[in-house]
Amino acid sequence: MGLCYQLVDISFRYAREWVLRDFSLEVAEGEFLGLIGPNGAGKTSLLKLMAGLLRPNQGGVWLHGEKLASLSPRQIACHVAVVPQESQVLFPFTVAELVLMGRFAHQEGWGWDSQADLQIARHAMQAMDILPVATRTFRELSGGERQRSIIARALAQQAGILLLDEPTAFLDINHQMDIYALLQDLNRNRGVTVVVVSHDLNLASQHCDRLVLLHEGRVYQSGVPEQVVTPEHIRTVYGCDVIIDRHPEAGTPRVTLPQALEGRAMVKR
Amino acid sequence: MTTPSHADIQTGALSLPVLTVSRWSRVIALLVAVALIGGVACLQFGSERIPLTDVARILLGGNDETLTGAVGVSRSVIVLEVRLPRVLLAFLVAASLAAVGVALQALLRNPLADPYILGVSSGAALGAVLALQMGIGWAVAGFSALHLFAFLGAGATIVTIYRVVVTEGRVPVHTLLLAGVIINAIISALILFITSVSDSTSAFRMFFWLMGNLTTLGYAGLGALAVLVAVGIGLLCGQARNLNLLALGEETARGLGLAVERVKHLIFLTTALVTGAVVAVSGLIGFVGMVVPHAMRMVLGADHRLLLPAAALFGGVFLMVADTVARSLLAPTELPVGVITALCGGPFFIYLLIRHRGAQML
Repeated sequence: MGLCYQLVDISFRYAREWVLRDFSLEVAEGEFLGLIGPNGAGKTSLLKLMAGLLRPNQGGVWLHGEKLASLSPRQIACHVAVVPQESQVLFPFTVAELVLMGRFAHQEGWGWDSQADLQIARHAMQAMDILPVATRTFRELSGGERQRSIIARALAQQAGILLLDEPTAFLDINHQMDIYALLQDLNRNRGVTVVVVSHDLNLASQHCDRLVLLHEGRVYQSGVPEQVVTPEHIRTVYGCDVIIDRHPEAGTPRVTLPQALEGRAMVKR
Repeated sequence: MTTPSHADIQTGALSLPVLTVSRWSRVIALLVAVALIGGVACLQFGSERIPLTDVARILLGGNDETLTGAVGVSRSVIVLEVRLPRVLLAFLVAASLAAVGVALQALLRNPLADPYILGVSSGAALGAVLALQMGIGWAVAGFSALHLFAFLGAGATIVTIYRVVVTEGRVPVHTLLLAGVIINAIISALILFITSVSDSTSAFRMFFWLMGNLTTLGYAGLGALAVLVAVGIGLLCGQARNLNLLALGEETARGLGLAVERVKHLIFLTTALVTGAVVAVSGLIGFVGMVVPHAMRMVLGADHRLLLPAAALFGGVFLMVADTVARSLLAPTELPVGVITALCGGPFFIYLLIRHRGAQML
């Protein structure tokens, strides 16, 4: 299998502090990759660098062997779809209009939405179970419906690579499973490469082929979930003790937070 | 994901509630009809009421007895030389203001944006005030010195804003907004300074000009303005889909494939030039550029492909009517049209705010 992404010696900073330092990563085509790590570890920045939304200060990102910086936003968008952590929509756009915007990279100029565009958008909405709210505006939706609309927009983009920043953060358990079921289907049956940032170590362990644990702007561990999600690694990177056993069905690591909270009280009296 | 059945496609169950060609055509055709009918209807009114039938005959170039007599000739002159250019000017000015308002609200991601927010209009006003102060009287190609000074003022302001705001080929919209506020403040101070050292006659003329007015431009000037405005609004309409994406935020727009900086450049320069031209010939006519976009968005939805041309057409109609009211209400005294637009637009905006207190609209 070919390489989808090559990130070579990337360094990136917003202001003075380096967010990523001499960071290297390769993503294979068809991989289901999870990026995990504590707040501020650089996961979101990494995702944005891969989407071409940020430019590295040093080093380079190659997408299918081509330098990302040399591709136009439209060219990138034909290959890469992004589901951002938060979405804001100004003006009363309806859900259907928003999902159709996912077709932008494939459309020429001003033109009208083609029948094919409408059909693709409709499929995406069906898959995300948001057809019933198609005429509502984004602001009228619940958190879960919003998130599913944004994912539907990314699906409508029909890109070979999906980058998702905490796609299940606002979802109830049922819709969390829906999202992972869909991602798994896309990954296995349609060869879509999936890179997902997650704070949910259990879901990530259950569904990702490989996990990359970020620590202080570098790759701390990379491998199958069993290798990465261990009490030692979690303690080093997150700074807390956890109990890890096996998922009763999948056998993947299952992280449980300990009961004792002594010594953690942050309220200063 | 499920595949749609053949039956779904056959029965049209695949249609989505989005803008279609037929809806677009229906709305635009309706608004064009309203603009034409409204324009002709406005020609009746003024210091003297001219019956609609006579207006129609004059427009169609009739030369029967009712129009060739002394009264008829004077009516022809009133309709063709006085009222028609003014109605056309009102339409062009307001169509531009409304279209620019729509575009700037999306570009700046600020629902309170209007064409005057970037300070270009202040630059034009300063140019006009200087021309009035110096009492320059010459005219070129249908434009007076005042128009040209105002346009130069706008141009100088555009260059200034561009040089202050644009760094490394990027247009940071927050800086653009702030720069606009500051430039507006500085130029307002300069205008106040000039008016306060002017004699009372020129000061009054400056004040009157600033309130917004549609004194006749003449057909040569109108033609030039029409070309510029048509190109400008055309360019903005061409950016409609891009404006839709910009409303999602620049990062999301880029992720969906939009070359964001190029689009922002184009929209900034187009809106600035159109605003400069329009303010140069009509002064500061308030509210059209902010209220019309909101009103149309409430009625037609947010898709800029329909919203932009519809707002332009409706804005044009609104000002034609407002100006007709302004010049007929207390005829022969003319009210500044800005008084009418503010008195209609202000309360309407407050109504919008009350009705949408949950901020759904914005």
